[in-house]
Amino acid sequence: MLELKNVTYTVTEDKGSKNIIDHLDLVIPDGKFVVITGPNGGGKSTLAKIIMGINPVSDGQLLFDDRDITAANITQRAQMGISFAFQQPVHFKGIKVIDLLRLATGVNLSVGKACEYLSLVGLCAKEYIQREVNASLSGGELKRIEIATVLARGTKFSIFDEPEAGIDIWSFQNLIQVFENIRKTVQGTVLIISHQERILNIADEIVVIENGRVAKQGPRDELLPELLGTASAVNAGCSRLTPEKGAVKC
Amino acid sequence: MLDKIQMQMLTEVADLHGVPEGAYNIRVNGEKAARNTTANIDIATKTDGKSGIDIRIKAGTKNESVHIPVVLSESGIKETVYNDFFVGEDCDVVIVAGCGIHNCGSQDSQHDGVHRFFVGKNSRVRYVEKHYGEGDGRGKRVLNPVTEVYQEAGSYVDMEMVQIKGVDSTRRVTRAELAENATMVVHERLMTHADQSAESVYEVALNGSGSSTDVISRSVARDSSRQVFEAAIIGNAACSGHAECDAIIMDQAHVAAVPKLDARNVDAALIHEAAIGKIAGDQLIKLMSLGLTEAEAEEQIIGGFLR
Ligand SMILES: Nc1ncnc2c1ncn2[C@@H]1O[C@H](COP(=O)(O)OP(=O)(O)O)[C@@H](O)[C@H]1O
Ligand SMILES: [Mg+2]
Repeated sequence: MLELKNVTYTVTEDKGSKNIIDHLDLVIPDGKFVVITGPNGGGKSTLAKIIMGINPVSDGQLLFDDRDITAANITQRAQMGISFAFQQPVHFKGIKVIDLLRLATGVNLSVGKACEYLSLVGLCAKEYIQREVNASLSGGELKRIEIATVLARGTKFSIFDEPEAGIDIWSFQNLIQVFENIRKTVQGTVLIISHQERILNIADEIVVIENGRVAKQGPRDELLPELLGTASAVNAGCSRLTPEKGAVKC
Repeated sequence: MLDKIQMQMLTEVADLHGVPEGAYNIRVNGEKAARNTTANIDIATKTDGKSGIDIRIKAGTKNESVHIPVVLSESGIKETVYNDFFVGEDCDVVIVAGCGIHNCGSQDSQHDGVHRFFVGKNSRVRYVEKHYGEGDGRGKRVLNPVTEVYQEAGSYVDMEMVQIKGVDSTRRVTRAELAENATMVVHERLMTHADQSAESVYEVALNGSGSSTDVISRSVARDSSRQVFEAAIIGNAACSGHAECDAIIMDQAHVAAVPKLDARNVDAALIHEAAIGKIAGDQLIKLMSLGLTEAEAEEQIIGGFLR
């Protein structure tokens, strides 16, 4: 279980300081599939970075499996079982896709096994495994590799920040399946930041973050009908346009 | 016979675990230690009084290699060696040079290799040169290579220059002149530590129409080491030239990149790119989020960058 107690993240700007995350309380129970949504700039990515230890909190406390992790660094949290797929994937000169997957799993992963993770995110594995994780890959490709590194880790708490961003609608079909099956793949708690109705649809719980606070939280069946009428889910309508078939598989 | 240290130096600079195949000349502590010539590749000691060898590769020689590693394992040796390569027309050969210095003593060890390449029409040459130093003596390990390349029409030269460890001071000067449709590609990889200093100077003259060059340097400067990268490309014809210097700076290091593009023809297209910066914070964060410590993440990023 992950518990955030009265968490605040303050930044100082010209005009003074601002709480990007503002005295936020949140509990994510074990084994749940939780989707965080809310308007752009509401603080969702900042919250994910606080959980991973990338952004240090200005105030408040984080508990992971009843252990206080507020002072733990990124490495320690990763080793405790937290993973994070960035909204904007990082480029590496000279590091190959297979290297990144090996670092993610911490073992000398076989090419066959690495290919399985890439296939999961709809990449034709053989074409990608030896490619460098740099700007020669498209945004969508980098994004899928980023997701694959988190799937490969298979830790008990996985965070995905807008996994659908930059992925074309055909591949998106595949990706939805990945997330539908994710409980089998990673066997743990999944926290996804998303605006997509298809992803909100498979949530156990939905959390709406606005102005650095939890505006709403509850089971999907209760929250989703309400959200579909609001700006938080403006993108959701688009997902109805996606073709049912046509996802390219290798 | 080579001793254990000398053998290990050979492995470091030329990937050799024994006597190589094909033509070779192994120089140890200023003396010829072994030589082999083949039907197509002749190696002869210079007779003009200078120290060094002439390597003559017959026209049409394909898929052959020449290894000319140099090892200094005694402290205090200082030498300047002149090696000339005459590559005939229509060849396709690999030349592996390299110098390993093991200095346990208190005197400086220095090897200055002057290599000249005369590359015939339509020949392809791949040249690999690795520098490596070790030994815990106070004596410095110094390497100052000079490389001159004269490429005839349609020739292709691919040079890989690597210096990752243990050389205290180096000044590399590479000059090239290219005729029509000749191409030269250079990949330099460099890492400096402690108070080492490394300078790399490239001057490529694109004289023939359709000639091209791509000079790419990737370097990492740690501790209080210093690096200077100077790349001058001179476009005397309709040609294309590209130089790129990409450096990671760490600790108290100092890195300077000095570009020089000199176009003397309206159809000369010359580009220089230089980027110097510390390791990107998001790269460290990403790898740490996979469970690596900061130091491990750094090592992976540098290892990839210099690959
Ligand atoms: N380090 C920072 N300095 C200043 N403003 C920041 C910083 N980090 C985030 N912000 C601001 O905080 C707000 C929330 O950002 P973010 O968490 O990325 O939102 P979301 O992911 O919900 O779209 C944005 O207005 C963003 O510009
Ligand atoms: Mg965001």
